[in-house]
Amino acid sequence: MTDAVSSPITDRVAGFVGHLRLNGFALGPAESELALNVLDAVGAPDADGDRRALKTALCADHDQWQRFDDLFEAYWHARGRVRERLVERDDIRPAKSAVASLWDRSLGRAEADDADQRASTSEAVDEPEGDGGHGRLVASRQSTMFRRDLREIAERDEIAEAERLAYRLASAIRINRSRRRRAAPRGEPIDLRRTLRASLARGGEPVDLYRRRRPVRPVRVVLLLDVSGSMQAYSRYFLQFARGLVGGWYEAEAFIFHTRLIKVSDALRERDPLRAMARLSLMTQGIGGGTRIGDSLRVFKDRHAASALNSRSVVMILSDGYDTGAPEVIERELTRLKKKARRIVWLNPLAGWKGYEPVARAMTAAMPLLDGFAPVTTLEDLARIEPMLERL
Amino acid sequence: MTAALDDLKTRLADTGFIADDQIAVAIDLSMKLERPLLLEGAAGVGKTEVAKALADMLGVRLIRLQCYEGLDAASAIYEWNYQRQLLAIKAHEGSGETAEAIEEKIFSETYLLKRPLLTAISTAVPPVLLIDEIDRADTEFEAYLLELLSDFQVSVPEIGTIEAVSRPHVILTSNGTRDLSDALRRRCLYSYVEFPDRAKELAILKRRVEDIEEQLARQIVAFVQALRQEDLEKVPGIAETLDWAAALANLDVRVLSESLETVQSTLICLLKTEHDLKAVQPEVTARLAGRAA
Repeated sequence: MTDAVSSPITDRVAGFVGHLRLNGFALGPAESELALNVLDAVGAPDADGDRRALKTALCADHDQWQRFDDLFEAYWHARGRVRERLVERDDIRPAKSAVASLWDRSLGRAEADDADQRASTSEAVDEPEGDGGHGRLVASRQSTMFRRDLREIAERDEIAEAERLAYRLASAIRINRSRRRRAAPRGEPIDLRRTLRASLARGGEPVDLYRRRRPVRPVRVVLLLDVSGSMQAYSRYFLQFARGLVGGWYEAEAFIFHTRLIKVSDALRERDPLRAMARLSLMTQGIGGGTRIGDSLRVFKDRHAASALNSRSVVMILSDGYDTGAPEVIERELTRLKKKARRIVWLNPLAGWKGYEPVARAMTAAMPLLDGFAPVTTLEDLARIEPMLERL
Repeated sequence: MTAALDDLKTRLADTGFIADDQIAVAIDLSMKLERPLLLEGAAGVGKTEVAKALADMLGVRLIRLQCYEGLDAASAIYEWNYQRQLLAIKAHEGSGETAEAIEEKIFSETYLLKRPLLTAISTAVPPVLLIDEIDRADTEFEAYLLELLSDFQVSVPEIGTIEAVSRPHVILTSNGTRDLSDALRRRCLYSYVEFPDRAKELAILKRRVEDIEEQLARQIVAFVQALRQEDLEKVPGIAETLDWAAALANLDVRVLSESLETVQSTLICLLKTEHDLKAVQPEVTARLAGRAA
């Protein structure tokens, strides 16, 4: 390194690794050592050669790969500036009260400054971890709340209760799903390895036959959650539902969309509910605006489909189908998505209303492409998703 | 660029692989530090080619393990040859040997079928081990692979641990269908392979498609580079460019913009989905070809 004049090279390189670490690279002492080895091995006469070598050694994914050059530049040519700013940014975490109000706002709650409401929101969210383990609450729960249109739930306690129910519903689904077994169409083949091993004890005769079976692989669920203005009354419950589903189900991903599409699985998986909400509220800024379903689907297809979808995926779209974009876009994107996903299900809260016809242009365009379409106006409807999933 | 790196690039070029500085450094380091090299990038950018070129250059075997969902130890590492074992048991039945002796015999290396990973570490001359599309394998397999890559030994319960005779040059590729574990990433050197730029693609084309005319080659590369900027489902990779160039050369095309019909009908070499073929209408082709001229 030509410009490391004042301090010994080891310190500078260690400093660089620290600089990367502050910028989100997962690097330890082993990597510092590797960096030194790399520089030694490559023996490049110029900074460019060193940069390439360090890039290869210290990057771990595409994201880091893209940022590396700037970080390298910042450290070796304009020392300090970038680093300090990033340290600060890392420490920013909204204060408790701010978190709650942000969350309130993001859920479209009317007055965020109402202290009572604020308390109730965090309380509603504050559920014990193992809450989903109560077996099938679908059949046992027949409370009136279960059948009410979610829009009509207004009382604070009821909101909390409904949110809890939505969360537990999702957890219950997971438990039932993972127990599922499927009959093998051609019987189970014999495991020669174990059979032969066991035959040693029988003098070489394969008396005990062991078999192999394909492990049960759960379907992967991808939730696309509409959080636009028209969905305001429902989105809070659906978010809880998503949290229950994603939190417990290994192969589930959740995205929210309004005018943009944002991946929220990580935020929903956060163990600490308060932090989960804080992260979500930061992501959902702009919530309650218009919807661009088609564009969001395209973004999903382009950026996330490769990793989120496989041949066992069920895509669940929770939206009322009121779209500000052109219906042709939705049609085209759904057609594309269909090639990647096993099933596409559309859950529409409006469909539960009396005399509903899918007249929203987007909905009309989408209907022929869907594998399932169901109303989710009440919690009972949410519970009904499970048998539907099983059918798919 | 040091002389050593230039030398490496020349040697790679001799095998037909045109390396840019970044990938050359990566290959160089991976050999010097004996670390696996993880290559990521879109499909068709030539990740797999890196391994082939390296094997060619070193004059060693290329052992390839294509990963897929459900890949297990039996097809990746080793498996017992059950048919032979059964036969051996039967054949020894009357010989009066003890059960232990027979067991000893049938669980020896003679009856072991070596799969790619075991082959790779038990070859005297270190081969190039290509683990292709690691992201398609299950996470369990990834964990196992991690163990193999750090210890370079395989334990077979029946006969004990098989130590590596040599350390293979390991190259892993991934298309990003699933996130790889941090542990695996940390153990590897990393390189992201981009689509080649104009100069590099031209060099590859000239090397791979023999006696292609300079003018046509330039136009083809310019066309494909422009085509990659369009909104496509499957962006054409290097292999597609080569196919297309071969097709055009065979059809005696000299200037793209003068034989648009042929160009349009040969686009099937570049575009592999119905949507893409529909998206690139004759007007688009004409525009791209005009720009390429």
